[in-house]
Amino acid sequence: MSTALVQAINVTKNFHGNEVLKGIDLDVEQREVVCLLGPSGSGKTTFLRCINQLETINGGRIWVDGELTGYEDRNGRLHRRTNKDIARQRRQIGMVFQRFNLFPHKTALENVVEAPVHVGGRSKAEANKRGLELLDRVGLSDRCDHYPAQLSGGQQQRVAIARALAMDPKLMLFDEPTSALDPELVGEVLTVMRELAQQGMTMIVVTHEMGFARDVADRVVFMDAGVVVEQGAPTDVIDNPQHERTKTFLSRIREETEEHAAALQARLDAEQI
Amino acid sequence: MTESGSSAATAADERPGAIDAVPVRHLGRWVAVAFIALGIAMLVQFMLTNKAFNWSFVWKAMIQTPVINGLIGGTLLGTAGSMVIGVVLGVIVAVMRLSDNPVLAWTAWAYTWFFRAIPRLVLLTIMGALGVLYPAGMRIAIPFDRQIQDLLGMHGTWTFATLDANQVFTGILGGIIGLGLSEAAYMAEIARAGILSVDPGQNEAAAALGMSDGLAMRRIVLPQAMRVIVPPTGNETIAMVKDTSLLIGIPVSNELFFQLSSIGSRTYQTFPVLVAAVIWYLLICSVLMVIQSRLERYFGRGFGTRAPGPRDQAFLAKMLSFRGGGGGGGM
Repeated sequence: MSTALVQAINVTKNFHGNEVLKGIDLDVEQREVVCLLGPSGSGKTTFLRCINQLETINGGRIWVDGELTGYEDRNGRLHRRTNKDIARQRRQIGMVFQRFNLFPHKTALENVVEAPVHVGGRSKAEANKRGLELLDRVGLSDRCDHYPAQLSGGQQQRVAIARALAMDPKLMLFDEPTSALDPELVGEVLTVMRELAQQGMTMIVVTHEMGFARDVADRVVFMDAGVVVEQGAPTDVIDNPQHERTKTFLSRIREETEEHAAALQARLDAEQI
Repeated sequence: MTESGSSAATAADERPGAIDAVPVRHLGRWVAVAFIALGIAMLVQFMLTNKAFNWSFVWKAMIQTPVINGLIGGTLLGTAGSMVIGVVLGVIVAVMRLSDNPVLAWTAWAYTWFFRAIPRLVLLTIMGALGVLYPAGMRIAIPFDRQIQDLLGMHGTWTFATLDANQVFTGILGGIIGLGLSEAAYMAEIARAGILSVDPGQNEAAAALGMSDGLAMRRIVLPQAMRVIVPPTGNETIAMVKDTSLLIGIPVSNELFFQLSSIGSRTYQTFPVLVAAVIWYLLICSVLMVIQSRLERYFGRGFGTRAPGPRDQAFLAKMLSFRGGGGGGGM
């Protein structure tokens, strides 16, 4: 078995006969930051969700930390794992969602300590102490008693990152973590993610933030129509794409980004008047 | 220059401040007030002067010992008991209905189908008659014990206890079971709607944190579903207060309405006892409405931007101890 933390071989996934993933191969090493890029519908989010089994794959294999996910190989025959065993496998993987999915009936701190106390079996006092540390790390220790509805989108997403970190995951999955945010709130979330990458967290990030991918990713993977089109160092793929599909996508993203930047600048200017 | 010209000039110099405007006149409202006030005055005058109301008898009837006993031991106990069974069983049936296990889902559907179809008066009458099925008492034993013993040629008793079926199924206990079973069918649909109202992203977030389905249901989904479940449950509870008057089907006579109407037929004061019953039902429902609004505020916490007051927490901590360990205790 290789040393890769995540190893995916020939992963396929259908939704009602519609083939969304057509044989994805991907290895992610310890401490590596991989950004998945690609147009919507390319399967990148689906692939991310397959890694922590929010989607069940139809073919291929995914190993996380050397353990086959979802199934157990007994004498060459695959046996489906029990829900309990799948829950155990998910515990080592943190996930951050596009729409945050914080628990609205719990405060920021309660969101963070929920899993350590009720899944990890830690004492409340211990979990609270660690929870406050984590909220401090994402710059929100003064918001610990706020409910999600009382927080901005950027703050909610940072709480969600702290919540995912509370289970001490070996791997963090980010599913378009800034897509639902107002443009001026994107930066604070990316800053937290950048720090996390610097601290050596293994991360797989589905994103449209080219600046983040270029600065932070060790590798970018470009997907389209359920296959990996090309991958490599961010400077190579983003600045010097080899495939036509990658070129088209990147130029479209660049236009959009410029439009966004212009709109944001106009808005900031208007506010200053 | 005219006056308006000079005021426009000052407005240009000074930026507009607080608004002090003449309100719109609501003529329609005053007409409505007049009509309704007239109606109320006529009603009060009628109720005070019409001898058939016999108010002094109403007050006396309301606090007769059998009436108070019927109120507590029949109406209130019946409501509380049947709603506890109804809510707990209803949530279980709802979770079964939404289960991946087709056998559980079908069983839950069949339960709702059966108990929703039977009128409560008919169901309670059946409950009272169930004793007929167990002339020798109801045995709590190993299933098919006699058949197994016959098959293996064994003797002796595998019975743990024998209950008198008439004690179980008649009286207030039978009433609570009957009304509770019926209520569970309705509560199951209410709970199901509540569970389905919770964003599926909540379940995914819980799963991604390594929670089991049961834990996610108990800690994440149900507390949020309660926000949707509580208002119709308040409705059901208030309806149940009134449906306890059907306990006579069992028959249970220790109940508010039966006691009052029997005073009425003994004394020929049939109308005043009905007024007494109405006043009691109004009082009970008023109290229940206050409890319901407190519950709604508690389960609405985190929705909307209002910070929850300490009263919300303290009230429930005292009443039901919903929070903390054993989250299922509050269901």
